Amino acid sequence: MITIRVDNKKLTVKEGTNLLKACLDNDIYIPNLCYVEKMSHPPASCRLCFVEIEGEKHPIPACTVKVTREIVVKTDSPGVRQLQKVALQLLLSVHHLDCRNCEANRKCALQKIAKFLNVGLKSKHLDHFLKEMEIDQRHPFLNYYPNRCVLCGRCIHVCRDRNKQAQLTFANRGFDTVISFFIKPGAPPLQCDACRACIEACPVAAILPKISN
Amino acid sequence: MNPANKVHTNSQYNALRQKAEKKRQAFLNEPVPKIHIGMATCGIAAGALDTKAAFEDALARHSVNARIHTVGCIGHCYAEPYVIIDHPDSGFPPIFYHEVTPGKAGMLTNLFLKEGDPRFEHVLGATVQNEMIPWIMDFPRFNLEKRVVMEKCGRIDPEDIDEYIAEDGYSTLADILQRSPEEIIKEIKDSGLRGRGGAGFSTGRKWELCANTSQNDKLLICNADEGDPGAYMDRTILESNPHQVLEGMIICAYAVGADKAIVYVRAEYPLAVKIITQAIQQAKELGLLGHHILGSSFDLDIDVFQGSGAFVCGEETALIRSIEGFRGMARHRPPYPVERGLWGKPTVINNVKTLATVVPVLSNGSAWYREIGTENSPGTAIFSVVGNVVHPGLVEIPMGVTLRTLIFDICGGIPGKKKFKAVQIGGPSGGCLPEELLDTPIDFDSLTETGAMMGSGGMVVMDEDTCTVDISRYFLDFTQKESCGKCTFCRIGTFHLLSILERITKGEGRDGDIEQLKQLSEDIKNGSLCGLGKTAPNPVLTSLRYFIDDYEAHIKEKRCPAMMCRPLIAYYIDLDKCARGCDACVGCCPVEAVFNTSNRKKGIDQILCVKCGECLVACPPEYDAVIKVSPPELAPILERPPEPVKKA
Repeated sequence: MITIRVDNKKLTVKEGTNLLKACLDNDIYIPNLCYVEKMSHPPASCRLCFVEIEGEKHPIPACTVKVTREIVVKTDSPGVRQLQKVALQLLLSVHHLDCRNCEANRKCALQKIAKFLNVGLKSKHLDHFLKEMEIDQRHPFLNYYPNRCVLCGRCIHVCRDRNKQAQLTFANRGFDTVISFFIKPGAPPLQCDACRACIEACPVAAILPKISN
Repeated sequence: MNPANKVHTNSQYNALRQKAEKKRQAFLNEPVPKIHIGMATCGIAAGALDTKAAFEDALARHSVNARIHTVGCIGHCYAEPYVIIDHPDSGFPPIFYHEVTPGKAGMLTNLFLKEGDPRFEHVLGATVQNEMIPWIMDFPRFNLEKRVVMEKCGRIDPEDIDEYIAEDGYSTLADILQRSPEEIIKEIKDSGLRGRGGAGFSTGRKWELCANTSQNDKLLICNADEGDPGAYMDRTILESNPHQVLEGMIICAYAVGADKAIVYVRAEYPLAVKIITQAIQQAKELGLLGHHILGSSFDLDIDVFQGSGAFVCGEETALIRSIEGFRGMARHRPPYPVERGLWGKPTVINNVKTLATVVPVLSNGSAWYREIGTENSPGTAIFSVVGNVVHPGLVEIPMGVTLRTLIFDICGGIPGKKKFKAVQIGGPSGGCLPEELLDTPIDFDSLTETGAMMGSGGMVVMDEDTCTVDISRYFLDFTQKESCGKCTFCRIGTFHLLSILERITKGEGRDGDIEQLKQLSEDIKNGSLCGLGKTAPNPVLTSLRYFIDDYEAHIKEKRCPAMMCRPLIAYYIDLDKCARGCDACVGCCPVEAVFNTSNRKKGIDQILCVKCGECLVACPPEYDAVIKVSPPELAPILERPPEPVKKA
């Protein structure tokens, strides 16, 4: 067991514990989107869970740190907050802000983080951009909403976890990156209707079942 | 080390060497002229295949006996296709001819090879010192260079391993196989060699970290995924001297204890892929690769892996993912590849130039290498100097030479009596430096201090007609498209940077744009996951630092000082200069925007005009009546007279 200090709170954790998990388990909230518990190599792609560790020059994503020694961590330094706020504003600047009509309303991770960081959903500085396609309806059971998606990759991770091989993946590059499903004509029917792991994993309701009567 | 190695490696190598030297002597002693043609991708693009065919045809037509010898590239792009003709019977030394078109090839065959007249007007220089023709080494483009890595490039046939061996090739390998891996790593560390891929990490340290891992299974990757716009030194080295890279790889693998290596080369380099694949095959056949290399107990296999056109795959973690068969996306470091790399095994990833440098470092010793360059950046740097310079091409210079020497003395300065404006160093991850910084010495640390970086060595020189805002926009457009899309800052942040820059170049800049560009750039630098995102804002940050006037002119005055951003310029015709009855501009306008005024002088319809500038080019210089202005409001508006009604 190792004792670490996070914002003046002492935590005793097992060696090798993920720092983000250690904090979350001890009621120290750090904004995060892409981390899934028990991930062996967190993608560190959402760039929200930054913390400052004494002795390190720059803020580091907490999900990439394994606790191996006694460290002093700050989760709310100005440098950390600046990066977190900008990352969130960037995500919101390409997010379709139609909360009232969104299934994720009130349980949305973006709303939660915005409230925590005290960031308005509509940015005053950044222009707002949306992708052309509002809904990707090519999957037989699921609809995908590119303008809601934060590209955290949780859906891919849980799908691979449950089905051995992920049925979805990142596609395209740069700003055009989206989640896309492997749908092969003539292939055996997907079991997605029964699984639904990706729907549950999505923090922003970007994957939803097609409404069937 | 196994003492038996000593005997084996030496005797095996000596046998190869003797055979290769015999072959070379036979070639040299043959009493016919030799025509050496540079046939790397750059030469071929400039027409070397046609030149070669023209020589073959002319030799047959004039029944001249000569040997055509295809070699790699010497890096003098302005001279392509280049030919060196060695015609001892003529009494002249070997002569370097530049821009040898098929027509010139035929003429040289007839007049020089057959009749002995070297046609002085086409000569660039002689390759050896002599009394008759200026020696090329008297020119700054040649004598200010220091060829350490590219020494054999353009001199030997890259497709024939014997030519490399005859030039002392693989002798360093035979030698180091008798030394212990620790000794080699120490020598590399002592040499101070820093990785030539961009970041400049100590090569010896990297090897040591890998060698010291407890795992047995280790790998080596040669990173030849050269993707910077305007950079092509890795390609040239692979195409001109692949065996030096292979020799460096074998040495590295031996030092770190790897038994498998991969050359990761982009598929857009088909000739490099072909040549390196062939080189591996040849090395295998001679026992320089595979089991018991040169009779020692060391084994190594080298494979070629072709990258599929993603710039981000030059980043080592994305490169690894791509070999593993996944989408090329970067991952968080640490763990670094030397701890957990390809397939989870410790992996050394070195750039082509780094591995090619290893050979001369070990053959001449670390002390020799340290004498070249500066204290913290020993050795040479290879730059591809392109853009507005008189003599573009690859230049290998000792570190510490100033930018001014490189651009003005070695590469001949700016053509067309234009003024120097900026130089972009390090490609899309680098920075734009102004004239005031031309005396900066070229080394890893000095360049980083200016906000640019060594990068892989792309250098784009720009004259006064270049708009730095537009250049930043160009590079951001590149990185934005090439971002893997994984992390928030790079994916969305660079998109915002690009959109702001696009607005500014369109004349839609707003107050606060400059501050936002600065802040967002800093945040992207600090927040991004991998090197691509961390360095993507560098062009913006450096151009803001050194060319803020350009930005302010665009935003506040809607004016492009270099008159490059089309929405911010206009063309008009000076009626005092325009010649009545000359219709040159009318004929060339693609949108019929040029009209006749009442006295048959010309005017431009600003609404129809697409600002292509064709009229400016077409207007005869004695009139010089078409004038380009920015902002567009400076162009006087001429009313277009109604079209005359055609009579039936």
